[in-house]
Amino acid sequence: MSDTGGRLPRARRLTVAIADYGAGNLRSLSSALVRAGAEPEVTTDPAIVREAPLALIAGVGHVESAAAGLARHGLDVALRERVASGRPVAGICVGLQLLFEESEEGGRGLGLLGGPVKRVRAPRVPHMGWNMLTTTRPSELLADVDGEDVYFAHSYAAEPTDPDLVVASVDHGGPIVAAIETEHVAGVQFHPERSGAAGGRVLANLLRWSRSA
Amino acid sequence: MVKKRVIPCLDVAGGRVVKGVNFENLREMGEPVDLATRYSELGADELVFLDITATLEGRGPTLEMIGRAADELTIPFTAGGGVTGVEDARSLLLAGADKVAINRAAFDDPAILEALAAEFGSQAVVCAIDARAGEVVTHAGREPRGREAVDWAREAVDRGAGEILLTSIDADGTRTGYDLELTRRVAEAVEVPVIASGGAGEARHLAEAFEVGAEAALVASIVHERPERLPELKAELREAGWPIRS
Repeated sequence: MSDTGGRLPRARRLTVAIADYGAGNLRSLSSALVRAGAEPEVTTDPAIVREAPLALIAGVGHVESAAAGLARHGLDVALRERVASGRPVAGICVGLQLLFEESEEGGRGLGLLGGPVKRVRAPRVPHMGWNMLTTTRPSELLADVDGEDVYFAHSYAAEPTDPDLVVASVDHGGPIVAAIETEHVAGVQFHPERSGAAGGRVLANLLRWSRSA
Repeated sequence: MVKKRVIPCLDVAGGRVVKGVNFENLREMGEPVDLATRYSELGADELVFLDITATLEGRGPTLEMIGRAADELTIPFTAGGGVTGVEDARSLLLAGADKVAINRAAFDDPAILEALAAEFGSQAVVCAIDARAGEVVTHAGREPRGREAVDWAREAVDRGAGEILLTSIDADGTRTGYDLELTRRVAEAVEVPVIASGGAGEARHLAEAFEVGAEAALVASIVHERPERLPELKAELREAGWPIRS
């Protein structure tokens, strides 16, 4: 770059394809990804979702309508192809739930990971607000965020068949899966883009994970 | 355990934050996104923007403000005020709000709550209820609607509201404490979180609201007057043993 003066040229920003299935608020996530050093692209184009260095499934709402939204644009196929060829995919909130199978809310996720999505059983549902992460094993995704409060807003949660996927849990009427990480698939149930400085670190970690995934 | 939330509420009129007593005698208190950013830095757990003139002035300036808030804030926020139906809610959510608060339009046509929950999920739908002596009132408190707030809250949740923002019109701006009796009854009647609103004057009032079952407490005039009051309130609550984010 020409405007860096005597400093080193900056590394290229990582392009992150955010799969747009029409469920709204992706603006705050995009802004947070820019702050974390990425170049987000909200897209319905399956080729971009398939080929980008990192693909994200985010947004809010029901697993059923989200899955239908992905399928409408062929994004479900693109995401499966990515994972099959070892390229990283990450899910946020409903996006994490979409990585799994049958949902009690109705509908089915992508089945990239095994296990159902079930309704949170607690005196207050939705699980809404700041709650403390407890890391259950070391991970790239949650480096330096053990014990931090992050923001949750959900009524359903994934229950992975393989408990080793889980890297953090949160307590709300019992343990709830807060984050998962495998070699090529990662996910968080909370909203890193709405979780202050700790959330910013999670997004930066996610970019780092995707470079090595 | 999920933390109890302290939520500054910014009443917005003509692009400025205002605050009155009993919804009247509005005073100007600053630029909304600047103030919001300041609250976020001071430890606000969440924010609410209520456009109190939305139905009169149209939505353009509000949507622009919501977009900037979405870009700049790293905490969640709710947008509301004058939301007439699904399309208004959609435009606020697409502009970047995490949740939308809907009040009179939901009371007039409760099926709106089902439509919103189906499309955006219950966690994005806040049903705002204004009450006087336990009765639902609308039109900034001027119109009594002949229905118990508790009863309406129960129906709103059955239809898909993911949170109840319960405002006591009599207590609003008076700093004499929340309507604890009503807050208790609503919190017992519904499964979703209840946000107590109207009347916060000191930390004791927030603690009392948490004690009767509120998950969150709205604050306005006490923090608008002196934003540094916010971390003080939270510290006092933490000191008293309440789970409060630091």
